Amino acid sequence: MHEHDVIVVGAGGAGLRAAVAANEEGADVALVSKLHPVRSHTGAAEGGINAVLRDGDSFESHAEDTMKGSDYLGDAPAIETLCHQSPKETVQLEHWGMAFSRDDDGRMSQRPFGGLSFPRTTYAGAETGHHLLHTMYEQVVKRGITVYDEWYVSRLAVTDHAEPEDRECHGVVAYDVQTGKVDAFKARNGVILATGGPGQVYDHTTNAVANTGDGPAMAYRAGVPLEDMEFIQFHPTTLPSTGVLITEGVRGEGGILYNAEGERFMFEGGYAKNVGELASRDVVARAELTEINEGRGFEDDYVHLDMRHLGEERITDRLENIIHLSEDFEGVNPLEDPMRVKPGQHYAMGGIEVSENGETCIGGLYAAGECACVSVHGSNRLGGNALPELIVFGARAGRHAAGKEMETAEIETGPAASIGSGDVDTPVSPGSIDTSEDGVAADGGQAGDDRATDGGAVVGMDETVERALDQEQARIEHLLEKDEGVQHADIRSKLQESMTENVNVFRNEEGLKQALRDIREAREAYQDVYVNDPSRTFNTDLQHTIETRNLIDLAEAITLSALARTEFRGAHWREEYQDRDDENWIKHTMLAWNEGSPDLYYAPVILDGEDKSYEPKERHY
Amino acid sequence: MSTQLQRTETEGDESPQEQRLERKSLAEGEREAQRTEEESTGDETPHVHLKVFRYDPEVEAKREPRFDDFRVPAPQGTTVLDALMYARDEFDSTLTFRHSCRQAVCGSDALFINGSQRLGCQTQIQDLDQRPVRVEPLPHQEVEKDLVVDMEHFYDQMEAVEPYFQGETPDEEEQLQSRENREKVKMSTRCIWCGACQSSCNIAAGDNEYLGPAAINKAYRFAMDEREDDDIKKHRMNILEQEHGVWRCQTQFSCTEVCPKDIPLTEHIQEMKREAVKDNLKFW
Repeated sequence: MHEHDVIVVGAGGAGLRAAVAANEEGADVALVSKLHPVRSHTGAAEGGINAVLRDGDSFESHAEDTMKGSDYLGDAPAIETLCHQSPKETVQLEHWGMAFSRDDDGRMSQRPFGGLSFPRTTYAGAETGHHLLHTMYEQVVKRGITVYDEWYVSRLAVTDHAEPEDRECHGVVAYDVQTGKVDAFKARNGVILATGGPGQVYDHTTNAVANTGDGPAMAYRAGVPLEDMEFIQFHPTTLPSTGVLITEGVRGEGGILYNAEGERFMFEGGYAKNVGELASRDVVARAELTEINEGRGFEDDYVHLDMRHLGEERITDRLENIIHLSEDFEGVNPLEDPMRVKPGQHYAMGGIEVSENGETCIGGLYAAGECACVSVHGSNRLGGNALPELIVFGARAGRHAAGKEMETAEIETGPAASIGSGDVDTPVSPGSIDTSEDGVAADGGQAGDDRATDGGAVVGMDETVERALDQEQARIEHLLEKDEGVQHADIRSKLQESMTENVNVFRNEEGLKQALRDIREAREAYQDVYVNDPSRTFNTDLQHTIETRNLIDLAEAITLSALARTEFRGAHWREEYQDRDDENWIKHTMLAWNEGSPDLYYAPVILDGEDKSYEPKERHY
Repeated sequence: MSTQLQRTETEGDESPQEQRLERKSLAEGEREAQRTEEESTGDETPHVHLKVFRYDPEVEAKREPRFDDFRVPAPQGTTVLDALMYARDEFDSTLTFRHSCRQAVCGSDALFINGSQRLGCQTQIQDLDQRPVRVEPLPHQEVEKDLVVDMEHFYDQMEAVEPYFQGETPDEEEQLQSRENREKVKMSTRCIWCGACQSSCNIAAGDNEYLGPAAINKAYRFAMDEREDDDIKKHRMNILEQEHGVWRCQTQFSCTEVCPKDIPLTEHIQEMKREAVKDNLKFW
């Protein structure tokens, strides 16, 4: 068994920043990640970091833009924290040597981005995430922080108290991908989940294969509600064949979108009469798909993004990486021809419910980054606001977990913050299927699943960790010993297809219900899942099988939340409900696992900031 | 229906000529098989024949290294990584390789493809001349299983050059850096730690302690950054001038040839050698 003060799960931007912050507070911190840190998907972020650094810009402006972008579903304390602390954190990255692009006067370069009223997206070419990730890992190396790389965390060690708010997280269980050894990691202070997005729920995504939402799925099953899961961002410019991201920076620098009839549809189609291509991502993604669905796309599949008029020199200076991506992954040289683009799943606005200090409702359990929902982004994230979220809230979670005195958070978490329960008519019952015979749920149930049947409640630190280790060993044995059944790849691909078909940019009740039926089918199939590879050495078959369970739970949470929200807000468009309904729907969707019988309730949106109140206005770009 | 060919082979002592002949005959057989199949199914999708290295010390049948053959659909745009994923998901879930981002930035899937180090995700099947496409783990590294190699030594070398910024920084203000200086270090900052260069380097193969191209490039990235001062640069040069440092490089350019991010690694190593000479001349 390993033991540290703070265990950080995941080693992308948020996890690395959290680890450095905890280390600076004097904590003994360890990073546990299924990938070596530099393989994390933060490295694929391209555009930049929104930070108020220049005369003429202001915190208030950044906060207003973010609140408007969120379609008034972001929480003011989270947004104001982000806007206030992003400049300091961005300069901190510079002090750690990050290779930002530079202006002629030697200062860090900034550029316009969608939905921003000032060009405040601070960038390093079109590979800002790559530079951020490597700079942060360098700081981890410098400090000698312990890294368990290629260790896959598959269970949280959480006590058995009946109410989630009374539970404590005392560590995690992981297995060493290289040897198959299952081991426990005890956390004296706390566990920080920083596992990234759940993009693999979809089949056309900019996300890495590793982005399977392990953190949200584990936290959900341990009793933490998932917040606003229906809000999935579809990025307007991804390559049609692979889903590889083409940065919004292309449009920020002046790139133009054309349909097959040669029209600059963002203006000519009336989608965003003022700012055209620089509207918010949800607006541009819907515009593109409308053009394609109405027969004005190329090959009924994509539109053109043209940046040739910017000239080779400017493109090479600011967007060089885009030339390589378009050439290598789509076979189009963007200096000679327009790029092909279409919307693709990119980001989850929702996630593990946390406060501004990264706390969940379970004691000692934190979350930061894309896996968390604080909520800065509400129903739609602005480009350039994800990277500052990683560093600002990663650092805050790290400090809090290390024991630093911090102001009590304004955002309350857990069922206590409920403002009423939700109601949703589902065609099949969601949640767990209990067919266990030998005490090991076939789908590898979580601690909570056993709570009711386990006799005496487990509440002590050591016994909680040991019990979790026993359970996880039993689950893995079960998966490895079973020698026939269904393979994860079949379940996963059907799930991804259904989600892409039914829970995409445009949604309707029938499609969402079909998705729930398909998810149920996946869950039933999963009861019979088996791992074909008998080896303990680097068994990716086993890892993908466990990940697939997580994808099923998250797909269900996304779809249930989407079906329940009967309005159109931000990234969530409903055929039957074409208006934003402020009277009934300025509230956060909360979905609690509730020992396998998902429970829907709502929490308040905080529109009152430190010095002002944000009045919901109609959103035009 | 499985279209996986059942043929396996063990690496033998065949001459290059024999190997070429074998490849040729296999390719012919493959084309024949493909034609037959396409006729019978009306399937026009082009397919590719992969020969993939297999090894697992733990599993009886894979203890002896071998090559497995897979025949997978390869429409235009298919990468080697796509083909491997297809083979794994459709035919053999035990086929093991590292991969994550699919867009040449995570650096997980450096492989030995048709005899050269490349990223699987960045290599289009249609750009490869040789059939079948041979996919092997990176040479000069210990194979853990199938296409997965032990990267620990590579990481150790990277970390041996103190790969982190060591400048004195002001309290709140950003430091200034000229566009020229940022341009100077730009290529070196692109490294994704894939290990292709290290694997291609004959010197690194013979001298396990040689820092290697990636680590020297990492040191270059900081040594050339004007935000670090001369004392730190001197310290960095001391690390690079050690017995297993820059002087080991024999400018064979193999690292530069294989780098998937087009970093001029050999040039950077040469520049560090020149810096070292300049530095030493000061004491004369």
